[in-house]
Amino acid sequence: MRLGYFTPLAVFAVLALALGIGLTLEPRNIPSALIGELVPTFDLPPVAGRELGLASADLKGGEVALVNVFASWCGACRIEHPLLMALSRQGVVPVHGLAYKDRSANAARWLNQFGDPYRRIGLDLDGRVGIDWGVYGVPESFIVDGRGVIVAKHIGPITQRDLNETILPAIARARQR
Amino acid sequence: MSGFAQGWSTIAARAVRASLLLAVVAMAPPAHAITADTPLVEPRLEARAILLHKVLRCLVCQNQSIHDSNADLARDMRRIVRDRIATGASDEAVIQSIVARYGDWVLLRPPFKTKTLALWLGPAVILMLATAGVLAYFRRRRTKAATAPPLTAEEQRRLNALLDEPS
Amino acid sequence: MIAEIGHFALVLALLLALVQGTLPLWGAARGDGALIGLARPAANAQFLFIAVAFLALMQGYIVSDFSIANVAENSHTAKPLLYKISGVWGNHEGSMVLWVLILSLFGAAIAVFGGNLPAELRARVLAIQGLIGAGFLLFILFTSNPFVRIVPPPLEGRGLNPLLQDPGLAFHPPFLYLGYVGFSVAFSFAIAALIEGRVDPAWARWVRPWTLAAWCFLTIGVALGSWWAYYELGWGGWWFWDPVENASFMPWLSGTALLHTAIVVEKRGSLKSWTVLLAIVTFSLSMLGTFLVRSGVLSSVHAFAVDPARGVFILAFLILVVGGSLALFAVRAPALKATGLFAPISREGGLVLNNLLLTCAAATVFLGTMYPLFLDALTGEKVSVGPPYFNATFGPLMVPLIAAMAVGPMLPWKRADLAGALARLKAAFAAAVVVALITWYLAAGGPVLAILGMGLAAWVTVGALVELADRLKLLRAPLGESWSRARQLPRSAYGMALAHGGLGLVLMGIVASTAWQTERLQIMRPGETASLAGYEFTFEGTRSLAGPNFAALRGLFRVSRDGAPVAILNPETRTYPTPPMQTTEAAIRLTPTGDLYAVLGEADGTGGFATRLYHKPLIHWIWFGTLIMVIGGLVSLSDRRHRIGAPARRRLRPLAPAPAAKPAEA
Repeated sequence: MRLGYFTPLAVFAVLALALGIGLTLEPRNIPSALIGELVPTFDLPPVAGRELGLASADLKGGEVALVNVFASWCGACRIEHPLLMALSRQGVVPVHGLAYKDRSANAARWLNQFGDPYRRIGLDLDGRVGIDWGVYGVPESFIVDGRGVIVAKHIGPITQRDLNETILPAIARARQR
Repeated sequence: MSGFAQGWSTIAARAVRASLLLAVVAMAPPAHAITADTPLVEPRLEARAILLHKVLRCLVCQNQSIHDSNADLARDMRRIVRDRIATGASDEAVIQSIVARYGDWVLLRPPFKTKTLALWLGPAVILMLATAGVLAYFRRRRTKAATAPPLTAEEQRRLNALLDEPS
Repeated sequence: MIAEIGHFALVLALLLALVQGTLPLWGAARGDGALIGLARPAANAQFLFIAVAFLALMQGYIVSDFSIANVAENSHTAKPLLYKISGVWGNHEGSMVLWVLILSLFGAAIAVFGGNLPAELRARVLAIQGLIGAGFLLFILFTSNPFVRIVPPPLEGRGLNPLLQDPGLAFHPPFLYLGYVGFSVAFSFAIAALIEGRVDPAWARWVRPWTLAAWCFLTIGVALGSWWAYYELGWGGWWFWDPVENASFMPWLSGTALLHTAIVVEKRGSLKSWTVLLAIVTFSLSMLGTFLVRSGVLSSVHAFAVDPARGVFILAFLILVVGGSLALFAVRAPALKATGLFAPISREGGLVLNNLLLTCAAATVFLGTMYPLFLDALTGEKVSVGPPYFNATFGPLMVPLIAAMAVGPMLPWKRADLAGALARLKAAFAAAVVVALITWYLAAGGPVLAILGMGLAAWVTVGALVELADRLKLLRAPLGESWSRARQLPRSAYGMALAHGGLGLVLMGIVASTAWQTERLQIMRPGETASLAGYEFTFEGTRSLAGPNFAALRGLFRVSRDGAPVAILNPETRTYPTPPMQTTEAAIRLTPTGDLYAVLGEADGTGGFATRLYHKPLIHWIWFGTLIMVIGGLVSLSDRRHRIGAPARRRLRPLAPAPAAKPAEA
């Protein structure tokens, strides 16, 4: 029975281990339920002053693409904006935009002011398409492969580190398939 | 209640991870008051919609359903639920379509799956183990008492003498 | 200058804590009176220095000294004085200073009031308090220093969050901490007992009042937080099973169990190692709560700033304190010899059942709270555990506990006749049936579980009164005798009746407001009327008004019942400029049968407004009941036998003919 007295200590040891691991985790980042699924069917009009809207058909053309959910009212989107501009300018990967719950005029003004890295932009006025993609905040980014399957999702602004560690590798993997 | 979440996110906006939190949670269009939802015309359908709203989690709030939340995402999700019910989908189908987009996380009640087996069975197991422990404790005490060494003759005589004393 | 004094005071306090934590322990082991004697003055001095630091920080807030980074982050010149003061602990660093202040306060209290403790025991207890304090002071000085200066000082602070400028929320942390940290006393006593290898009834007698005081404070703290949520968050929710709420609820559950087993140790000398373990577990849960809130390990709106470095420090500290104490327990507890035997059906048995259910309940809440973390750490999968889980698992555990609450106090020690006890509770059973029937009638059917819940609540409330009446031999003996018994009855008997009865009221409030709440959500135009629960709510439009630091839109609802006016409700939506934020202020009106609750929402653009109207039956009984529970705890605390100073010295009366049978001891 002496061993029984060690039970609380043993339980605590397991707990401490879990807490230690927990410090390295990100509890708020909910993984996407759509990984491995085809993009939802949608067809969005373009933003004012631009010709190309975004539709699901555009993402099934055989090219791996980055779909970035942004908005003119989103401050954090400005943080990742230079990186997206660089990606687009260097031709690393086509970047498409989903203007989430944004007014056409506002989005256009924002893009004119800060630069437009997007090849195509879909204007999601009421946010329904965003919900179809499982979006719950901005910015979020999705990597879609040539067949239109979502292979990765990134929550929050993209930093250089995210780019190097997660996004570029995911793009490379998608291209290999 | 994104206003509440936003308030706390101001405090949290210090570390790098927290700035992500800020980005995700606080970046919603300004309106935070309870919203003027348009209910479904048919009261029975609307009642179904409200019941479904109560089981779906608001993803930018904390342990709140989309029924209780003022967040924009919650309003959008409520609208989606209403639209689907209006088109004749069953409750099951509506829930499934939301779960297909957001994962099990969107259900306030964790589903009973292999990954939540320990969660749901845990309390019963804990209770059983604890009860077994208590019963073992009682049994041990009883055997200890039963196997207490009997009194020696000297002790018995002293006991009798004490008992016979006038009180 | 004052901030530097505060900073220096913290450093001195740390040194004192280290001295207090080591030398008296060494002295107690060696029997060295001089070293033992260091404990009390060290504890007092430590408290004084931390108080100086705390006041220094408070001064910085009061005068809005924005050269102190902490003040600049969390305060603002436009804040009312009350909230400048409460802003001291409304942030991570300041709240840690409050933590150690209360820790050292309890240490000083033991030093001052613990005159009757044996010197070695007292020295060991104070030493453990000192060690814990030293750990937290190290944490503060190395990772969370509130006295860091900022150069150049900003002109204005950044802390004007209107949600924090509320009396309920402002004062909820101090009570919570008094509770959490108060359990450190029981913890220190437990460790001291393990070191000494001895737990005797006298030990329990000393531990009980401190535990009871901590319990009272924690109950107030949790209730305040819940009440705040109810009136502030805008739809009447009052408990969300949020991880941080759970972190304060678990020590409460375990502390309640501790309170009860300590009775058995004191009266009967059994359940010693179990009580010691509970004392360790309760404080460990408090520390775990501290970790969870500040480390970012669990996602919660309550969480303070996420800082992994802090998380690592607290985890290391947690491992040291909790792991160390549990290891000590594993090695030394077998030496604690229990002395009393008891049958399963007895008051001790009842308390064992109480403990079994309370600890299983705490473990269940723990499982639900930590499961997302465990799963993520183990498999990387994410799951979230919402209120339905806790309601489904916690509720069923509470039902047998509450049912047993009425029976337990009726059982004598050692061996009891259950049938006899139940027979004496006939009145309580009758009350339960009557209440259930009345509820069934009023609710026109209603959920069966809710009706049974109301019956259960009546069972325990009336049961508490029946137990008192039984002790007073009410209706069985002449009134005069009952009266003299009533005056002689120890206060703890009244305290117990109040506490148990109060819980019954809480249960009624919970059941009624959950099962029979009615709500109406609709868009209303001025002049329209909505009816709810027999009341008519007539919306009479809105008007704009300006507050001290906000602009508000105030709605007006006239509420009447059967034509007679009942209330005027004024819900508001407020817009604050800095930081830009909108809040809703619900309008709540208490009536004897329930709350009328109105919330004003957005305008729909065509003159109508979104509105939510609720009727919440008996919901305020939750907080009234809790208040009664706390009053019961305080009444018990004032019992002479529990007073921390002298164990009551009964003057021996000259031998007299056998006195009338004394009432059973509490």
